[in-house]
Amino acid sequence: MSLTEQDTTGDGPPVDVWEEAHNSAEFQQLRTRLRRFVFPMTALFLLWYLLYVLLADYAHGFMSTKVVGNINIGLIFGLLQFVSTFVITGLYVRYANRQLDPIAEKIREDLDGVVK
Amino acid sequence: MINLAAGVEGSNPVLNISIFGVFVAITLVIVFRASRNTKTASDYYAAGRAFTGPQNGIAIAGDYLSAASFLGIAGAIAVYGYDGFLYSIGFLVAWLVALLLVAELLRNTGKFTMGDVLAFRMRQRPVRAAAATSTLAVSFFYLLAQMAGAGILVSLLLGISSSVGQAVVISVVGVVMIFYVLVGGMKGTTWVQIIKAALLIAGAFVMTVWVLGKYGFNLSSLFGGAVDRAGSGGDKLLNPGARYGLNGTSKIDFLSLGIALVLGTAGLPHVLMRFYTVPTAKDARKSVVWAIALIGIFYLFTLVLGYGAAALVGKDKILKAPGGENSAAPLLAQELGGPVLLGFIAAVAFATILAVVAGLTITASASFAHDVYANVIKKGKVDDPDAEVKVARITALVIGAVAIAGGILAKDQNVAFLVALAFAVAASANLPTILYSLFWKRFNTQGALWSIYGGLGITIVLIIFSPAVSGTTKSMIKGVDFHWFPLQNPGLVSIPLSFFLGWLGTVLSKEHNQDKYAEMEVRSLTGVGAEKATPH
Repeated sequence: MSLTEQDTTGDGPPVDVWEEAHNSAEFQQLRTRLRRFVFPMTALFLLWYLLYVLLADYAHGFMSTKVVGNINIGLIFGLLQFVSTFVITGLYVRYANRQLDPIAEKIREDLDGVVK
Repeated sequence: MINLAAGVEGSNPVLNISIFGVFVAITLVIVFRASRNTKTASDYYAAGRAFTGPQNGIAIAGDYLSAASFLGIAGAIAVYGYDGFLYSIGFLVAWLVALLLVAELLRNTGKFTMGDVLAFRMRQRPVRAAAATSTLAVSFFYLLAQMAGAGILVSLLLGISSSVGQAVVISVVGVVMIFYVLVGGMKGTTWVQIIKAALLIAGAFVMTVWVLGKYGFNLSSLFGGAVDRAGSGGDKLLNPGARYGLNGTSKIDFLSLGIALVLGTAGLPHVLMRFYTVPTAKDARKSVVWAIALIGIFYLFTLVLGYGAAALVGKDKILKAPGGENSAAPLLAQELGGPVLLGFIAAVAFATILAVVAGLTITASASFAHDVYANVIKKGKVDDPDAEVKVARITALVIGAVAIAGGILAKDQNVAFLVALAFAVAASANLPTILYSLFWKRFNTQGALWSIYGGLGITIVLIIFSPAVSGTTKSMIKGVDFHWFPLQNPGLVSIPLSFFLGWLGTVLSKEHNQDKYAEMEVRSLTGVGAEKATPH
């Protein structure tokens, strides 16, 4: 059966299977763990990016300060955006593999027999 | 008919065309092989969901690193220095939105299109029609930008300056692209993107090492070289502000662009659709990780290439070449490796346009066939399983024809403006709806419609009345002035307004489907019942 065109009143599983799964302690834990990671992290990287854009936009003097040779603060901050993107990616993958995937897999196994 | 006057001095058009011809020949063979297994809708739209995470990640990089980001960013760095670098940062950081908030949940809830996710717990027909409208709008602007870019490349690299000659080349590119999509479907398109990404990244890597080698692998010396070459005031190349620091309005414009770039990526329909080509959400995650790594490394290469072009070729020569700042990377290739490297880079640039346009065409055709034809017109009751794919193929043909015509007409338009417009529409019309749909329990049909149509409408109106369209010497329409919106990029206004409209439309409507929300959230987080790979 397709995911999106199914008829909830038809011969599918009773709707409360989903309600039940949704209310289960396991699912709530999965949901909390996901949101606890992705929301603060999104806020963090967006603020850090915005700070960088605003500095590059309005603090030309500061960003143009030379640190070593021709390397200035602007370039270092720009490269740090690359570093932070790579680091956040790595942190998320580790978190998802350890904290999210095992619970999701268990719920999936429990439900796969009941629903399609 | 085709006037083979030299475009870039010292360029060899025959060599450029030959290398590109080899690329087309190899990819055509692969597309033919891929077509053998393309039978069902899942095969055609999502390559049977059989690509691995790393393969899909490379294909995403191939889809994302368009001619605008390769030629455009390297050129902007060569000419404006630091301000060009800012683009690449926005384009890269944007992938975190896709990784953390969108990719996996989307893979678990949908089948082929963005409309699938939105329609999950809302009224199917209006929401799918809206999703298809914005998908087609974003694809159209993006497509036009790529095809216009092809026109510039033609004059730059093949030395074809007559408008008939350019039209012929744009048509050839368009016909090859249509052939890829019709015959190979998503599988063929994906392989074209993978090959292109590998060639592009390898080419950029070789040039980066070459440039750095000339400066003793010392970034600071390279910058010094760029500053010296630029002469008096060359220091500005290393500091922000050369392009956007002119006055208060241009600074706000830059902020607006920065926001559209970081929020646009996760709303680009051709990027979203790529997440359906892998078997599980975990593979979607791996795809994004690979994409972030490749795209990040590539943008670091363009930093070196941009300053390398400024140092070794020089700003004056770049601006005088046909194609202006877009010619920085090709000119650098010629400076380093002569006509052969230039020919290779030219062929890669053409392959880039071909691959990106194919990706856009298959996305737009899938959205029309799956959302509009199968679910809005046929109300989800398509009897013949082949009918939907047939409609998708016809749509691809039409879109291909529109792209060719648009590319011929738009060849003198500003490419960066069209790309920015596509990102602004994606960030305004698509992203708020996707995020609300995945994370906000209360969200409903009216909210989705207000956010999509509102976001799309506001963005397009602000663009029409912006200085990008009229009122300045660089505007699209010259000689008239009907602009009242001060910014080139509408993102700063249109994105918050779309989020607001999505919220307002939702709270003003009583509709709320608690059961479907519970089901959607369980499915999106766990992958229960998600579409599986088709075995072949």
